[in-house]
Amino acid sequence: MNSLDPIAVFRTEAAECLEQIEAGLLDLTHQLDDKALIDAVFRGLHTLKGSGSMFGFDALAGFTHHCETAFDRVRKGQAPATAELVAAVLDAQDHMRALVDDPNGNHEATSQRLLAQLHAAVGGAGDAAKPVQAVAVTAPVVTDKRKTWRIRFSLPQNAMINGTNPLGLLDELRDLGECRILANTSAIPPLSALVPTELHLSWDVTVTTEQPRSAIDDVFIFVMDDMQLDVEEIDGHAVAATPDEPAVSAAPQAVVAPAAPAAAEIVPVKREVAAPAAPVADQRQAKAAESVRVPALRLDELMDRVGELVIAQSRLSQLASASADIGLRSVSEEIERLSGELRDTMMVLRMVPVASLFNRFRRLVHDLARETGKVIELVTEGETTEVDKTVIERLADPLVHLVRNSIDHGLEPPEERLAAGKAEAGTIILSARQSGGEVIISIKDDGRGINRGRVRAKAESSGLIQPGQQLSDAELLQLIFAPGFSTAAQITNLSGRGVGMDVVKQTVETLRGTIDIVSLPGQGSDVSLRIPLTLAIIDGLLVRVGAGRYVIPLSAVEECLELSLEEDLRSRGRSFISLRDSLVPFLRLRDVFRTGTKPDVHQKVVVISTGTERVGLVVDQIIGDHQTVIKSMSKLHNDVAHFSGATILGDGSVALILDVVHLVAAGQQQEAHLRAAG
Amino acid sequence: MSGKARKSDNLWNGTHWNENGEVEVLTFDLAGETFALEAVMVQEILDILPETAVPGSQPFVGSVINFRGKVIPLADLRLAFGMEAAEATIDSRIIVIELDLQDEPTLVGLRTDKVNEVTTLAKASSEAPPSVGMRWRPDYINCLVKRGGEFIILPNLQAIFSARRNKALSA
Repeated sequence: MNSLDPIAVFRTEAAECLEQIEAGLLDLTHQLDDKALIDAVFRGLHTLKGSGSMFGFDALAGFTHHCETAFDRVRKGQAPATAELVAAVLDAQDHMRALVDDPNGNHEATSQRLLAQLHAAVGGAGDAAKPVQAVAVTAPVVTDKRKTWRIRFSLPQNAMINGTNPLGLLDELRDLGECRILANTSAIPPLSALVPTELHLSWDVTVTTEQPRSAIDDVFIFVMDDMQLDVEEIDGHAVAATPDEPAVSAAPQAVVAPAAPAAAEIVPVKREVAAPAAPVADQRQAKAAESVRVPALRLDELMDRVGELVIAQSRLSQLASASADIGLRSVSEEIERLSGELRDTMMVLRMVPVASLFNRFRRLVHDLARETGKVIELVTEGETTEVDKTVIERLADPLVHLVRNSIDHGLEPPEERLAAGKAEAGTIILSARQSGGEVIISIKDDGRGINRGRVRAKAESSGLIQPGQQLSDAELLQLIFAPGFSTAAQITNLSGRGVGMDVVKQTVETLRGTIDIVSLPGQGSDVSLRIPLTLAIIDGLLVRVGAGRYVIPLSAVEECLELSLEEDLRSRGRSFISLRDSLVPFLRLRDVFRTGTKPDVHQKVVVISTGTERVGLVVDQIIGDHQTVIKSMSKLHNDVAHFSGATILGDGSVALILDVVHLVAAGQQQEAHLRAAG
Repeated sequence: MSGKARKSDNLWNGTHWNENGEVEVLTFDLAGETFALEAVMVQEILDILPETAVPGSQPFVGSVINFRGKVIPLADLRLAFGMEAAEATIDSRIIVIELDLQDEPTLVGLRTDKVNEVTTLAKASSEAPPSVGMRWRPDYINCLVKRGGEFIILPNLQAIFSARRNKALSA
């Protein structure tokens, strides 16, 4: 990876910029007259346009220009902010994303269509929608005050290295109006000392324009920080700078950064996330001040090293505890403490707030509401909850699917809701909270709930269950995760393609998570995903079965108890233990793993659970808890379902990590067999 | 089959003779036979390490080892060639190789009875495996190379590991 590739850096910046524009626009749909939001969107568009043209994304810059112009008019109070305008710019914003991703593709038709839409939205004001290639043509402002400005500016010597093109700046000044440009060559060194990549010219420009002073500042917006700029009016009229000028100049800091090589190699580690309504400028500045960016790959490498350190450290402490050397012991303890702290710090580095995930849904819900004609309110809770970055990335698609499902299948149309005595607007609550070593993300709606009859009918017709087969409610609900299952009577654009829920389940399971569904007819559904906080390290319970040692994820362990001799004998026929008046099926891991060894005298039962289901695992010995760095197994062992990974113990040997979900399923199956057998 | 998969087949399917018709190999013994692996794929030769059995896996790759902080599978070619499994001796070594499995470079340990030497074999003295009169599956062998009255076997690891995996998947 070439970390200095400016195009890649621009893309990262642009993606962030687009995200902020989108967030601003979505907020605007609720508060059309919020001046701060309008300014924020304008600044975002302006930044995107500027950096787009700086990096040669001319199509993007040209297109963005029109949206910016439209917002500029709103900002200056020349046009009202309307829902149509916001919707048009939202659509346009998607197109900008496409232009960023594929600048050379053929986007002309879409551009024209969106511009026409924008044109209609601003009510045919000015030439806002006329396709123009030039970048800095500001919409004609209704004023006949022509003023003459004298502009003196000089750029730092290294300006061109950073990607600034003085000719571009001069072109933009020329676009403002009548222009006379004089280059000041006095600073040019003798030829022998001249470095061709350095800039020694300064300029003296006289421009006569109808544009306000802020238009001149806009020309220099991206280089303002490092340059000397001197603007004065020379025709004698008193001029007041436009009041919102400071708002415009808030952006340069953030925009110059990508061009500077030192800052170019970085992606955000941790993003400061302000409340959605906070002005975008605040967010950007907070970010610039408080975060460093490093490639995710380097973080992963660091994570691996820390993992190995933890393993080496536990080997050291094992040696030290067997030694009588007090000095060695104290050093070992010191290192244990330090590596523990290092590990904790490392874990935090990888954590990002789920807000970055949730923010995408505001747009999705907005679009789906328009598509379905349903009135939907999206409530997000616990956005500051932090989860491993990898987890967030992998959860995005499953969550999209679940939210779509809730909207499409769950929420009723407004008439139906009113008839059922509910509020017209359906509510989707997207929430995240941490609980122990897990984070629970739930999607809750107040719609009609899952129609059991339909699920059953569908499952019977597609052969998943026998007609009339007895199923518990939980089992019935689990059917929606079966591959190829879909209850949508009519296949819609949104969901109901019959792929998805099974994929959702798979994805969650590969993250070592589980899904619980609660659904009350007429009152709505709640789908909860329980996901471990991190994929790299877990707390485990180390047990011995035969000669082998295995790790059970501690988050799944409910309790440990001894398998009494009489229970052991009694359970030959039926593998149940009674645990506080409820029967829990159990698996003898010695049999499951075919160790061929004799059981220990005092066998132990580790009761594990996934949500509501419990299974006991009979082991020979419980060794203790163990902090475990998870190593994945190779593809050669893909066929072994009992294990989710492996770990390296203090003595350097390998222990396998049990796949709890799989074992519980196996236990439940065994229970079902036993029940069926009578 | 995708173009990429075909390319990786080319990579390990068949021996990579250089322009002089030679190839550098590492030779080792298994149950009295001499085998050879192309030296480029060999990562490291290790003494016998503690193994961790993986219950429920194919016997051919029945365990894993800790290779410098990585957990890698340990394969026993004896079982692929239908030989008897044997206890480790003082000469036993593990050869760690890198292999493309489903287009992903994967480290795999191979159990051997004894590692001999790095040597150069000539294409001129190589033969395709005979289709009859051999105990082993012919598709598991790239070629046989005659040397000093003996045959050195160049196994087709790609075929061996893919066959095991497909079997595992269909099972």
